[in-house]
Amino acid sequence: MPDQLIFGMEVFLNGLMAGVLYALVALGFVLIYKASGIFNYAQGVMALFAALTLVGIMEGQVPFSHLINAIFGTEIHHFGWHVPALAAILLTMVVMVALAWAVNTFIFKHLVNQEPIILFMATIGLAYFLEGFGDMMWGSDIKTMDVGLPQGINEVIDETTAGWFGYGFFIDNLDIVATVIAAALVFTLIVFAQYTKQGRAMRAVADDHQAALSVGISLNFIWVMVWSLAGFVALVAGIMWGTKSGVQFSLSLIALKALPVLMLGGFTSIPGAIVGGLLIGVGEKLFEFAIGAPYLGGATEIWFAYVLALIFLVFRPQGLFGEKIIERV
Amino acid sequence: MKQKLLTAIAAVAMVASPALAELTIVDTSYRTGPYAANGIPFSDGYQDYFTLLNERDGGIGGEMINLIECETGYNTEKGVECYEATKGEGALVYQPLSTGITYQLIPKATADGIPLHTMGYGRTSAKAGEVFKWVFNYPANYWDGASLAITHLSEQNDGDLSGKKVALVYHNSAYGKEPIRTLEKLAEKHGYELMLLPVDHPGQEQKSQWLQVRQQRPDYVIMWGWGVMNQVAIQEAVNIRFPMENFIGIWWSGSENDVKSAGAGADGYKALTFHNLGSDYPIYDDIQTHVVDTGNAAGAGDQIGSVLYNRGMYAAMLAAEAIKTAQEMHGTAAINAAQMRDGMENLEMTEEKMAALGLPNFGPEFKVSCENHGGNGFGAVSQWNAEAGEFDLITEYYQSDQEIIQPLVEEDSAAFAEENGIEPGC
Repeated sequence: MPDQLIFGMEVFLNGLMAGVLYALVALGFVLIYKASGIFNYAQGVMALFAALTLVGIMEGQVPFSHLINAIFGTEIHHFGWHVPALAAILLTMVVMVALAWAVNTFIFKHLVNQEPIILFMATIGLAYFLEGFGDMMWGSDIKTMDVGLPQGINEVIDETTAGWFGYGFFIDNLDIVATVIAAALVFTLIVFAQYTKQGRAMRAVADDHQAALSVGISLNFIWVMVWSLAGFVALVAGIMWGTKSGVQFSLSLIALKALPVLMLGGFTSIPGAIVGGLLIGVGEKLFEFAIGAPYLGGATEIWFAYVLALIFLVFRPQGLFGEKIIERV
Repeated sequence: MKQKLLTAIAAVAMVASPALAELTIVDTSYRTGPYAANGIPFSDGYQDYFTLLNERDGGIGGEMINLIECETGYNTEKGVECYEATKGEGALVYQPLSTGITYQLIPKATADGIPLHTMGYGRTSAKAGEVFKWVFNYPANYWDGASLAITHLSEQNDGDLSGKKVALVYHNSAYGKEPIRTLEKLAEKHGYELMLLPVDHPGQEQKSQWLQVRQQRPDYVIMWGWGVMNQVAIQEAVNIRFPMENFIGIWWSGSENDVKSAGAGADGYKALTFHNLGSDYPIYDDIQTHVVDTGNAAGAGDQIGSVLYNRGMYAAMLAAEAIKTAQEMHGTAAINAAQMRDGMENLEMTEEKMAALGLPNFGPEFKVSCENHGGNGFGAVSQWNAEAGEFDLITEYYQSDQEIIQPLVEEDSAAFAEENGIEPGC
């Protein structure tokens, strides 16, 4: 088999894996948009905040220690304990639920029935607030995320493909774990939305706020629940991306990778986020491999992802799986 | 009574006011945003050195240093705002720690008559002092860095790189593209094949680039990154099992921040440097006594001895030595920006001087002149020791290939002079 074809297959598989990581970020956007019509600009920062909180709890870091030390002249930084990863994840989820409650109580509860652009602007404000708050709470240094996830080349795939093609494929163990987690997450979210009382209530709110209110569904509860779910998805994305690069403030920029996924997959579909992620991941990687690197000087992935999404947008504005919006006038 | 009261008020005002300080230094720092993890140690080192001079020596030449910090967030627009907001305070020199901000400030600082010191970054051809009268980039620049990396690789191959493949993984920006021309010229001279792998900002996702490394198997990888790009690149290199000893970063890709998240796998990674590392220098005792113990340390005081802290401290030390030179030249302690420029242009760093400052062998010796604002292009290679959690110098300081670099500097500076109607001269 020609080398280029074998390399292309490796690129294709890695594109699929990268797409899963993009989809993890996109899922958080979809959840909130589906239930409240809000495009949550703060989703990337939520992933950062969740990851910072998780590492801070695991390492026993004193929150706001720089502030406390500056005010009281103390020298406290750590509690001196180390929290196991699973317990720290649960505690982080408690923080994310509290954040969801605060976001709803102090911001969105007061913006019911406002124009979508107002809600979007509010999420921009939330993003900047949360970034500064996270900085104050946990500091700006780069933290190592170590929740025990495997990293590095998968030996089995390497050896198997080496036996088949004479060239071992590189697949990162972390990407395989991300794929399994994403699949489980999507399955759980779909089951939750379809078969639970709260899930059905969430879908009712997504369809029509007023109608949902009239049958006794609490908007506040649903929105807190949805923001909590988005917080959970953000935590998962934060763990995956944080393991790759360390937990640092540029983690918030992973939202940029989710936008073309949303444009392609649709803003309202959970499976759409996954399919969109896979298409973007494979598309950008194959384009870079076949055209970008050899003929255009490389680094084409980001713009190609957006070009691909734009092409879909032109022919199918609601995205592959999005709901077609028909407004009667 | 009234006169006593006025005298007392005046005395209090004199004590409280920073107006007494005559030597104004602006620290354009970035303690927030995606690059804060790098900005904080540099700024801490920069500020702590000046604080030390104030606390221990009563300033420089009897004049206290008035240190103004301005947060740029590594954002070019904010950096320019900082410059505009503080230049009226009598700033003697700006060290923006950002190539983007530097490019914006070159025409402004030139027009305002305030020197810029862009140590190891910024516009490389600013080395040509006949054209860039107000810009200095000693002791080394980007092109020196490219050449130093190739010289190191060449030495590892008994001086013969022919037939070897060298990949450059670089930030796809003006900064990252800086070494390309030099590396191409050096490829013609040494006979290696250059492979270019750009990484788009911010560099969170580099799978394509490292799959290309895996498939095309370069012998060496040189990295020109900053921020998250460095951590991801090193992690990806670990993942594909690229030999770390064949992976060498520019000095902006060689701090503890860049390697720690990759754990033990990053052991052996190399990076260039133009100053020494660690905290085993007499000056650190003074910093502990006069800065840390007195509660005057910048930031949280937890960065002392890190690579970027040392670099910030080195930048401050070079500024302080230029101030001393200017004071001697002009016979006044309260120098202005123009006199500071003269001090920078006549700066000479010798081992004797560094040892006297409590920094023996901390950096290369060099002499600045009107023609040469960039020093002699000396640098060294450091290597990450994951177990000890530190970078160690593994070579002596050696000089870049001036045969290649000097003509490039002259060509680029001449083009700049022509575009901007500058008559070169000393």
